Amino acid sequence: MNKLWLIIKREYLTRVRKKSFLLITIGTPLAIALFMVLVAFILNSNKDNLKVGVIDESQTIMALKDTETIDFEMIKNSSLDKLRDNFEESEYDGLVVISDFKSNLTKTDYKFNYYSDKPIGSITKNSIGREIGKKIRNYKVEQSNLDEKTINDLKASVDLKEIAADKEKEKEDGSSTENRSEIATGIGMFLGLFMYFVIFFYGSMIMRSVMEEKTNRIVEVMISSVKPFQLMLGKIIGVSGVGLTQIIIWAIMFTGLSFVIGMIIPVDPSAMEGMNTNSGIDPEDMESMVSSLMDSIFAVNWTGIISVSILFFIGGYFLYSSLFAAVGSAMGDDMGEGQALTIPISIPVVLALYIMIAVVQNPNSSMATWSSFVPFFSPIIVPARMAFDPPLWEIILSLVILAVSAIFFVWLSGRIYRVGILMYGKKITFKELGKWLFYRD
Amino acid sequence: MEILKLENVVKSYQKHVAVNEVSFDVPKGSIFGLLGPNGAGKTSLIRIITTITRADSGVVYLDGEKLGADHPSQIGYMPEERGLYKKMKVGEQLLYLAQLKGLSKADARNEIFKWFKKFEIEDWWDKKVEELSKGMQQKIQFVSTVVHRPKLLILDEPFSGLDPINTNLIKDEIYNLNQEGTSIIFSTHRMEQVEEICERIVLINKGKNILQGEVKDIKNQFKENLFEIKFDGGAIPTSIGEKYRVMDEKKGRLVIQLDPNADSNELLNDLIQSGVHVTSFIEILPTLNEIFIKQVGGQSDE
Repeated sequence: MNKLWLIIKREYLTRVRKKSFLLITIGTPLAIALFMVLVAFILNSNKDNLKVGVIDESQTIMALKDTETIDFEMIKNSSLDKLRDNFEESEYDGLVVISDFKSNLTKTDYKFNYYSDKPIGSITKNSIGREIGKKIRNYKVEQSNLDEKTINDLKASVDLKEIAADKEKEKEDGSSTENRSEIATGIGMFLGLFMYFVIFFYGSMIMRSVMEEKTNRIVEVMISSVKPFQLMLGKIIGVSGVGLTQIIIWAIMFTGLSFVIGMIIPVDPSAMEGMNTNSGIDPEDMESMVSSLMDSIFAVNWTGIISVSILFFIGGYFLYSSLFAAVGSAMGDDMGEGQALTIPISIPVVLALYIMIAVVQNPNSSMATWSSFVPFFSPIIVPARMAFDPPLWEIILSLVILAVSAIFFVWLSGRIYRVGILMYGKKITFKELGKWLFYRD
Repeated sequence: MEILKLENVVKSYQKHVAVNEVSFDVPKGSIFGLLGPNGAGKTSLIRIITTITRADSGVVYLDGEKLGADHPSQIGYMPEERGLYKKMKVGEQLLYLAQLKGLSKADARNEIFKWFKKFEIEDWWDKKVEELSKGMQQKIQFVSTVVHRPKLLILDEPFSGLDPINTNLIKDEIYNLNQEGTSIIFSTHRMEQVEEICERIVLINKGKNILQGEVKDIKNQFKENLFEIKFDGGAIPTSIGEKYRVMDEKKGRLVIQLDPNADSNELLNDLIQSGVHVTSFIEILPTLNEIFIKQVGGQSDE
């Protein structure tokens, strides 16, 4: 036990103290944060408010509402010609002329002129257009016999609210189940991809490390002190510690950084506004959508999802990394030759990824159920399904199958590993690996 | 008392029998040679002794106890293929390996510094192994093998790849450790080293123990009663050639084989009687190399 602990400690510390680990672990969130700041900065770079002069030829508009980035000023005492002659000395960045629209109130599309020597971006262009559009609409409403309320009453937009068929469950879910399937799909996809990445990344890290020990020939010195199984297990546990450290640091840094970024750059509705005009959604609608989205996100059972994901992470990690260790032990100095051995491990992982993508889009399919009972798939599938509230018995059964298989494969890999690490210069086939299982110690 | 005792040890891999009913004793405090051609089963045997693998049948005793899980801490093993963690610092690496052998951290540190002082390499602690030359790495490897003060030291070709200076350095340390009571098993093909260093040997071929005992006994056992005579002057009288079997005759040198029960004094007497002026008279004992080749013959696997 003491020896196992020493091995775990070494495997952990040598990796965590590496410069590359620090670089990736600390650098990645910083790089992402920097990127976000940069994007925000670019989006806000037109923060120097644009001063736009408005010449209203229709004589109906009293004032235009300033936006975050645009200050409007009604021009009463001057003419377009005069202003254009002295445009450079004037205080305006641009002039917009609202031509008389009153003559034809059934028209819905207008084109007004904007005078400036500087080009304006599409965001600003849309903002100006939208502000003028609101005024024209108000005018039209006034002129018609309808009132604002009547017009609002005419709107008809339909959305589907998902409710559990089970009445008990419906009560539990409460009211905030809107957007649930979208949110669940997003969360599921993210978790599934994350598991996929983790299995490959840390699995191949273990495989390389085993190969290195073998080609370094340190392994013979090591196993004259410890059992091969201890060495393998210590490595797997040590590397899992590295992974957890990395994930925890990332979680903390992302939380901290998003807080800091939030302080530096307040969320700018005008930037959002600009983006949304392209998709034709009114910012106010957007606001309510965002808030209902947030409600739904908070309504998700995060504790359940995270704790189940961690359990499946542990199971999947042990299952796959032990297999990677076994393959690493069988490989010689020549990585290329042994590459074929990694294929049988890679196939189920990649397959699981595709099944996961299908399952997330169709969470009630029978594939979702049976793939959860295949231990090679469940570490990716079940966390992805969690947001869809799969039946508890399925989770438990899947977890039991995974745990038993993980223990079995750690044992199986140990049997291959103990022979493989001492085997040199032999061409390794699967038949050979099979024989190793039955070697006596 | 034996530090190591093997009784009918058998180890087979699939159909291949690597170690076949091998028995031998290594006396406590001795330097013992484990010899054999490539593929004879030496490595398999060493792996059984170092508890890396288990024998299929037979018993191994270490210092009177049946070999078990807590014995690795009493054995120091330097494999033929040397290996260290290349990216690890020398000091940390030695600490790690010593702790795996059951030393406490403080104890390990003291012991490592003792060796560092002895080898005058105190400033290597923070160096990475990959920064060291091959010879320097060998020194570190040696320290890692002996740092936990093992009762039994198993050295597989310890001098391969060492320059003469380092060879002598390590050789001296092996003698020192032996003086302090460490028993040493020395596995090699280099017979001149065996003759120089070992008191007892065992010769393994094709998994079988074919010869064992004290080096001087074995030499006597394989002597062919050859005598080399050096003399002044011309030809040998014909009477000598008639009476004795002359194996070789050169200017001033004669090799004669006596019958096993013959008295060498008689030969010397006859030579003097017949007027040969003898300047040197020695019995030719076979070298271990000759015995090795003769015993293993063309039967080696490689």
